[in-house]
Amino acid sequence: MALTKLRPAGQGFVNGSRNLVINGAMTVDQRNQTTTATGYTVDRFNIAKSNFDELVIAITQDTDNPSGNGFAHSLKLAITTAESAIAADELLYFDTRFEGQNIQHLCYGTSSAKSLTLSFWVKSPLAGKHSVTFYQSTPARSNLQSYTISSANTWEYKTITIDGDTSGNIANDNSPEIYLFWPLAGGSDFHGTPHTGWGAYTATDDFMFSDQVNLAGQTGNFFLTGVQLEIGENASDFEHENYGTTLAKCQRYYFRMGGSSAYARYTLGQCDSANNCNGVVELPVQMRDTPTIETTGTASNYAVYEAGIVHTCSSVPLVNALGSDKNVANLISVSTGNFAAGNAGELISNNSASAYIAFKSEL
Amino acid sequence: MFTPATITNAKYGLDPITGENTCINCVFDGSHVSVPLAAGNTEYAEILRQVAAGTLTIKDAD
Repeated sequence: MALTKLRPAGQGFVNGSRNLVINGAMTVDQRNQTTTATGYTVDRFNIAKSNFDELVIAITQDTDNPSGNGFAHSLKLAITTAESAIAADELLYFDTRFEGQNIQHLCYGTSSAKSLTLSFWVKSPLAGKHSVTFYQSTPARSNLQSYTISSANTWEYKTITIDGDTSGNIANDNSPEIYLFWPLAGGSDFHGTPHTGWGAYTATDDFMFSDQVNLAGQTGNFFLTGVQLEIGENASDFEHENYGTTLAKCQRYYFRMGGSSAYARYTLGQCDSANNCNGVVELPVQMRDTPTIETTGTASNYAVYEAGIVHTCSSVPLVNALGSDKNVANLISVSTGNFAAGNAGELISNNSASAYIAFKSEL
Repeated sequence: MFTPATITNAKYGLDPITGENTCINCVFDGSHVSVPLAAGNTEYAEILRQVAAGTLTIKDAD
């Protein structure tokens, strides 16, 4: 190994994970769906789209990637209908978020606050100035940076280094403490005269540059992959992980079952009355907090298999806060009047290969 | 830049044994969810915020 690959003392990393970003290679996509409005897309990456009246977008995992760099996937934003004019309150961005207890080693709020280097691959339909925003939540502080796309619709590698925030604060808990934003388009409510480096956040000045390109203003595709945030003042090669490692990290925030076979099994439990069957899911990793349960919203997608009979559910499965925590989710399945109390029952998908149950504890 | 979640059809769900409220079922930013009444849950915090702001009402369970 060349000596130039060795990191200087004090710029090391903790427990082997150099990259603070989870799923930066966009390999894990448990939802595996097209997102058209605010919400999570590929794991750990969120899209926000607010107040637009014309803009139509579609966000998916894609196979377009910067060839020769070891990536198989990217996050794709397709702008299929443009916004003819950006109103003051319209905003479009990607973000990924960092749990406070995972970033204590940044030493923010002390004289030892660590510099950070962000690197990523991007392919934008517009050449010119783009924004990246580093944001702390408690108290709200930000550091607005820019990168320039030289050639439209061409993969380019970008690096940005910022100083540590000696006046910052990162709570040592499971809350979102740092956000990393890619502002894509925004009205005058979100840009003005930003401060330089870290400083108190003012929404009307500090979220994005007023002279950045407007990605909502025309149709085209924006791609992102190879996102890495690391301690130090230099970008290192992307830290590729095996799929299972990245999946386990993602499952702390989102875990999805089913969606692949017609009678997928979700839980095995007990019928406690003629109406209800309770089942427990042992979560594959400890989640960030007691999870929300996400379903298709269609009761007939779900059934309880009891005493050799498939009973279609009369409502979608519910989470019972009693008996649920970061490690276990207690689900209630209802099929009115169909169960014998004391019998075992399995919550299953009801002849639907698209039915699923997801457990959500996003930041 | 944080816009409020769009929450509709919010309704309590009951624990079958105690008969007490144990979750809130709703459509949250387009997703059909069942939110536990658990401090620290992101969706529950947003529901409480919107209820306190007077912009969301939760229906009683059946």
